[in-house]
Amino acid sequence: MLKKTLEIKSPRNAYGETLVELGAANKNIVVLDADLSCSTQTCKFQKVFPERFFNSGIAEQDMMCTAAGLAAEGKIPFVSTFAMFATARCLDQIRNSICYPRLNVKIVATHGGVTVGEDGASHQALEDISYMRSIPDICVIVPADYNEVKQVVKYAAEIYGPVYIRIARTSLKSVFDEDKYIFNPERAVKICEGSDVTIVTNGETLCEVIACAQMLKDKGISAEVLHVPVVKPFLAASDVIESAKKTGMVITVENHSIIGGLGSAVCEVLSQNLPTRVLRIGTPDCFGQSGEQRSLLEFYGLTDKKLCENISRYLEKR
Amino acid sequence: MNSFNNNVRRDILKMIHGAKSGHPGGSLSCVEILSVLYNKVMFVPPEWKKSPDFQKRDRFILSKGHASAALYSTLANKGFFAHDELFTFRKLASRLQGHPSTRLGLEGIEVSTGSLGQGLSIAVGIALALKLNANSAKVFVLLGDGEMQEGSVWEALMSASHKKLDNLIIVIDRNKLQIDGDTDDVKSLEPLDKKLQAFGWECMEVDGHNEDELENAFNVAKSSGVPFAIIANTLKGKGVSFMENNVGWHGKAPNDDELKRALEELNA
Ligand SMILES: Cc1ncc(C[n+]2csc(CCOP(=O)(O)OP(=O)(O)O)c2C)c(N)n1
Repeated sequence: MLKKTLEIKSPRNAYGETLVELGAANKNIVVLDADLSCSTQTCKFQKVFPERFFNSGIAEQDMMCTAAGLAAEGKIPFVSTFAMFATARCLDQIRNSICYPRLNVKIVATHGGVTVGEDGASHQALEDISYMRSIPDICVIVPADYNEVKQVVKYAAEIYGPVYIRIARTSLKSVFDEDKYIFNPERAVKICEGSDVTIVTNGETLCEVIACAQMLKDKGISAEVLHVPVVKPFLAASDVIESAKKTGMVITVENHSIIGGLGSAVCEVLSQNLPTRVLRIGTPDCFGQSGEQRSLLEFYGLTDKKLCENISRYLEKR
Repeated sequence: MNSFNNNVRRDILKMIHGAKSGHPGGSLSCVEILSVLYNKVMFVPPEWKKSPDFQKRDRFILSKGHASAALYSTLANKGFFAHDELFTFRKLASRLQGHPSTRLGLEGIEVSTGSLGQGLSIAVGIALALKLNANSAKVFVLLGDGEMQEGSVWEALMSASHKKLDNLIIVIDRNKLQIDGDTDDVKSLEPLDKKLQAFGWECMEVDGHNEDELENAFNVAKSSGVPFAIIANTLKGKGVSFMENNVGWHGKAPNDDELKRALEELNA
């Protein structure tokens, strides 16, 4: 399932390429963007299917409701812009014009998390998963690498109903083997077995957590790593509970606020089923800031080394 | 070329080069607009909050917040803060965030922007408050032409004329490009002047790189009884031949060689 040699690949390219595949197979696929088609890579679809591509200009709210209209007539719209503008800017449109009527709109947002980098706080969506997770009837997915993005985008096209997919700006190590990994929306992916602590993560932080688990192992700490791409509906709950039963200690890691995202989803499930101590790692209750991608990850404690440092310190204190 | 503007342009390029990121195109297009505002039109004390006349200052809002490098270098060259600080642009813990932020107390920054289409509504609020406070300061807003595609801009335009905000003056940096291409191809704004007039605004079109035309327009605007819009026709990337009117330079930093060539052109 896991790749032996880690290639660095752009998850955004995976999105653009998959859109072209989907567009060729299904004439009902349409794509909308708001003046960021090179950043989101929807430009790949535009090149091949210009008549099914709609650039709303810098008018995200207009775009979101246009997608609702297209879906109301049976089209399958994929709507893209930065995660900040897709969610925060269009929250009412998504809630009232897409999710409430349960329209078949796929929101694929790029540039989630602090790794937006130098553009700074105004462009760093640290709350998008939280916003989306609180709206009824939308499926929320945070894939981890190039290969998983491809499968997740195809899955979104297959199922009926609103979907939010968050894609990182960063080119990432490909974790999953394209021939062996099969995305399953109902399960957590067990990356490695462990007995001392369960680390739950998804998206961009998965490759950091994998490296961190290795560092912890060298320190004699056995971490079980779970990747949970689908945050809502949280069908992987039973996998998380089972692992927590074994280790008795859970840590969540995400490139997102510790409020309302994966960490919250895990806490909600455990508090109801198996009260367990949970340490949530992500951005604390704060805005982001400008900086180079890697130095921001480090600042917010999300690199493999920082994670290892903080997790081992936390486990010692316990 | 005027040496103030030339210095600002050089700083913009060096800052973006140093940060390895930023927006040269839309920063270079508005240099003269900012220069005329800060050197000839607005009253804004560089001492900022330390000035006894702080409350009397004219308010400036960079609604197209991605042109932050242009604003920061204009402010530094006017002495709002130390010139050296420019080169912390976009780096961790800098007061010069990628998009202007009031959180870090940077002198000269009136409001936080970066998410397009919000500055004009904020300006309407400020203009209303100034009137309530019987403060005769004016509010100036710089918008991108692509930014005019945001519906909220038109909501604010409607509010401003409805409230007869004669203390509000906007400049539209009409460089005719956005990110995905020509503004008129992506989503046409034309006829922009007629649209603005239909929304109750007085409107004037100028060459946005001609300081005399800009200054004259601002003078007319100041004595107008209604909100006033200046459409400033500009060149994206103005001053650097290989950046001019080239959409590829919207959000890309020059490398070492490109910086060298650009600075040579500006020196010539
Ligand atoms: C709400 C919002 N949507 C998208 C962006 C991303 N963005 C930054 S600059 C830009 C294009 C701006 O074009 P224009 O207003 O014409 O500015 P200029 O050409 O002068 O740089 C876009 C889409 C943003 N900052 N805010």
